[in-house]
Amino acid sequence: MNTILGLYNYWIVIILMMAGLYILIARYNLIKKIIGLSVFQTSIFYLYITMGKVDGGTAPILLDEPASYSNPLVHVLILTAIVVGVATTAVALALIVRIYESYDTIEEDEIKAIEMQEQDS
Amino acid sequence: MSPVWTLLPPLLVIPFIIGFGERFRNLREASIIIAGIWLLYLNNQLYSQFVAGEAITSGELPLLSYYSLKLSVEPMGLVFGLLASFLWVVTTVYSIGYMRGHDEKNQTRFYVCFSLAIAGVMGAAYADNLLTLFVAYEAITIATFPLVTHPGTDKARNAGRLYLMLLMSGSIALLLPAIIWVATAANTLDFVPGGVLADVGLSQSATAVMLALFVFGTGKAAIMPMHRWLPAAMVAPTPVSALLHAVAVVKTGVFVLLKVVTYTFGIDMLSTTEAAQFILPVAAFTVVASSLIAFTKDNLKARLAYSTISQLSYIIMAALLATTMSVTGGVFHIVTHAFGKITLFFCAGAIMVASHKTEISQMKGLGRTMPITMGAFFIGALSIIGLPPAAGMWSKLFIAGGSLETNNLIWIGVLMLSTVLNIAYLLPIAINAFFAQSDDPKIQAKTQSGRPMAVEWNEAPFASLWAIVVTSSVCILLFLFPQPLMSLIGSIQWR
Amino acid sequence: MIATQLPALQIIIPLFAAPIIVLVRRSELAWIIAVVANLMCVLVAWKLLGLVNEQGIIRYSLGGWAAPTGIEYYVDSVNAPLLLLVAAISAIVLLYAYHSVKKSVDSNKHYLFYAAWMLCLSGLLGMLITGDAFNVFVFLEISSLSTYMLIAFGSDRRALTASFRYLVLGSIGASFILIGIGFLYAATGSLNMLDLAQRIPDASSERAILVAFSFISIGLMIKSAIFPLHAWLANAYHHAPITVTAFLAGTATKVSLYVFLRFLFSVFGTQYNFEYLLFNVILLPAAVLGFLIMSVVAVFQTDLRRMLAYSSVAQIGYIVAGISLATQAGLTAGYVHIINHAMIKTALFMSVGCIIYRLGHAHRPSLDNLIQTMPLTCAAFIISGLSLIGVPLTVGFVSKFTLIGAAMEKGWWMMAALVLVSSVLAIIYIGRVADVMLFRKQRLPNPIPQGRNEAPLSMLVPMYGLIFMSLYLGVYGSKTLAVASEAATQLLGGFR
Repeated sequence: MNTILGLYNYWIVIILMMAGLYILIARYNLIKKIIGLSVFQTSIFYLYITMGKVDGGTAPILLDEPASYSNPLVHVLILTAIVVGVATTAVALALIVRIYESYDTIEEDEIKAIEMQEQDS
Repeated sequence: MSPVWTLLPPLLVIPFIIGFGERFRNLREASIIIAGIWLLYLNNQLYSQFVAGEAITSGELPLLSYYSLKLSVEPMGLVFGLLASFLWVVTTVYSIGYMRGHDEKNQTRFYVCFSLAIAGVMGAAYADNLLTLFVAYEAITIATFPLVTHPGTDKARNAGRLYLMLLMSGSIALLLPAIIWVATAANTLDFVPGGVLADVGLSQSATAVMLALFVFGTGKAAIMPMHRWLPAAMVAPTPVSALLHAVAVVKTGVFVLLKVVTYTFGIDMLSTTEAAQFILPVAAFTVVASSLIAFTKDNLKARLAYSTISQLSYIIMAALLATTMSVTGGVFHIVTHAFGKITLFFCAGAIMVASHKTEISQMKGLGRTMPITMGAFFIGALSIIGLPPAAGMWSKLFIAGGSLETNNLIWIGVLMLSTVLNIAYLLPIAINAFFAQSDDPKIQAKTQSGRPMAVEWNEAPFASLWAIVVTSSVCILLFLFPQPLMSLIGSIQWR
Repeated sequence: MIATQLPALQIIIPLFAAPIIVLVRRSELAWIIAVVANLMCVLVAWKLLGLVNEQGIIRYSLGGWAAPTGIEYYVDSVNAPLLLLVAAISAIVLLYAYHSVKKSVDSNKHYLFYAAWMLCLSGLLGMLITGDAFNVFVFLEISSLSTYMLIAFGSDRRALTASFRYLVLGSIGASFILIGIGFLYAATGSLNMLDLAQRIPDASSERAILVAFSFISIGLMIKSAIFPLHAWLANAYHHAPITVTAFLAGTATKVSLYVFLRFLFSVFGTQYNFEYLLFNVILLPAAVLGFLIMSVVAVFQTDLRRMLAYSSVAQIGYIVAGISLATQAGLTAGYVHIINHAMIKTALFMSVGCIIYRLGHAHRPSLDNLIQTMPLTCAAFIISGLSLIGVPLTVGFVSKFTLIGAAMEKGWWMMAALVLVSSVLAIIYIGRVADVMLFRKQRLPNPIPQGRNEAPLSMLVPMYGLIFMSLYLGVYGSKTLAVASEAATQLLGGFR
């Protein structure tokens, strides 16, 4: 019981990660795929933040006396990773716009059908 | 003098060939002949230095960290180098007559590739280690490929494809791993008298597999079933068939095997194990089977091609028997077969240029219009068969002697059977040329009127004829004076 | 003064070139700035290589923050040659790119193209030079994002979907690496690679290390297109602008492989028992199946770009095969093939680029008798093709000889034999192209225009420059082998 409840944030990470991957794989809609990707990436952010958390710790800002504080490094790392994630999403969305302009659809199976036809002709 | 210099003439002449091109073709061909004579001179220099007892090696070019490209002179290579350079000159003279008489296209490309191939042959002849030999081997394959496809017909293209596939995949898939295997087993690729594999503890079956990789990987040696490229490559112009597919290319193949047997395995090692016994039957089968196939071919060049396959397997057998005598015979056979077969091919080309005949059945009575050519053909045939007064007798004798040494009479039987077949498929051509009735009505009329001498000679151009005379006389000279060659081969260090 | 700042300059030059290019916006000027920046990169990489040879490992603390707190750049005999390789290949392709890009990319987007290129270059160089695990991820994403952009520049609309699919797979791969690094940090409390290498053996939880290791391995296997995780590669290489393909083929997968090697050998070290599992059960079959299956697939491709893309996966298989031997000789073979294959494949794609520049396609059956109109391009293709096959005196031979020798040395005869089988397949797929180029009679209704129709000199000269370089290194193979051997020693010896 302790492993389930005590580590509940890890379970959240796992559920989010699997949900994200599932959406990424199972959905044909490109936008939904990107949503899945974002969920997946976000779960990793949670993983990092969880790791750095110390029970009862504060933020290590302007501490006058020694106190227990959460690891600040993971927050910095995740700030970077969030920026990367946003950039990835932005590029992906831009690509989807271009794909919609040239294929008139953002459903992957339809795009595949169109591409198959092109190859045949 | 470094043996690297022998690469120079055939490479240096290429810019001249391209520069003179089709417009100054006399100059172009003169430059090749000059290069050929220079090359012959260089090889002769090497020979005299070698006889004087100097150790002749080149610098090293480290291609891979431990293994480098290096040339050095030893008797076997010297024999091959002298042979190839001499025949290059002769063939060039011949091809001047042939190519012009036949009005071939793209002669410049032809001569360029030819020179490249000769440079490759020089590299192979003086290779100091297996890596160098392999590099030269591949270079020859690539340089001769455009020569096979030279006519540009569909047939030539297919032949070229087969040629490249068999030779290149054979060498990369079988020969290369064999070489790397030697490198990992013995930590060296150098050619050392007595071999490098004797003390490395290879089991007998491993030795047999390695030997098989060498024999079958060397596609140029044309042991069955790797022989298919050779008849196919006969679509090439006759000088190519003559020098490359009867001498340089195929002899590189058997030369590799002789070298490997002598300097990598060591004849002692091979003769004490049974490793070679698994491959000898294949070589023997090739000797007999290709003689039989030659018998069925009506096209003269095809018949000669199959005859070549059979003769090459003599040398493979000689190498695999691995006695001093048989290997001596093998090296000797490289020379005698070269002169015999090049004579025959020259004749085939001359017949094609002068009377436009390619099939043997059309050549009855041809001796009356082309007596010199057919006479030379007769001498060449004698040499291939191994009858006096032609040089082929000596080499066959040595190979037979070698098989006697191993106390295995079956190989002698194979040699004898094949000799009988040789007689059957070569001599009738020459005999019919002189004694049978010609199919040509004009000649028939003249001979029947009792004035056979009145038939006008219709020989090939003078340049070609000259080459035929030279090679056929060498066949006889080598029979009369084998001594210099024998003593050179005799100076091979066996162990 | 400058000498001590070289590692930072290596990254900063292309990184700053990108915004400058965006500000300038004029296509010609953008190209010139990119070329100049890139040449400076080559110079820096050259200097760095010299320094490493002279005085050994260079450690550079970014911003003056000492490791392990700060980010450290770490240059040794493993990554210094690759820095030079990547910078040089990028420079050569960039020189070559001018006309090709002019033709295939909208003129008002040129500056974006070159800016993305510079970003991609700095990302790749960053992955090579950094000694910080998290920094690897950041640079990986910099190079990946710009790569997606570069691929989307392709003229065909399928380039967009190819780019999108690569984005999805690439992001998954990068995220896996991120997870792995997270676990490493949780287990050891450090991100500096040297520090990690020292702390991992003492880490309390071996399972956390194993998880980290697996995630990082899978992520990097996706990025370096190791079979069977190569799915993104064929489409991306096929539809990207050919210059981008030439650039990526020589650099992107190679850099990921380097990071893989770095983690595998330097960070985790070879003493871990799960390495056995990885090498023998995962990497070896992946490598062998990769080069066999992908060579077969390559034989049946009709588009040259696709054929070469599959051939790339096969060649990566050779590299991984060398790595999976995990011996000095095997690593040398793998490493030397990283260098050699980069040169071969880039040259091949460049020659295909010349064909596309003139004909607008690279459909093999329609290249009838191309030697008549584009002799130099065809010669370049055939020479590089021979190198791919592994004909002596080419770099391919050097790699293949070392690889087979290494396999035999370890007693893996089967692998040696299969490498040879795959070489024969390479003869077939290169031979089929050469056959059409050289011999086939023209039989199309709208044949290739007669007469010389060679690609512009600005494309031919860099291409032949690369080919001559590779031929030189094919003849003097011991030079690259010495470099590779040194790198292998360094990798097997762990961080020093």
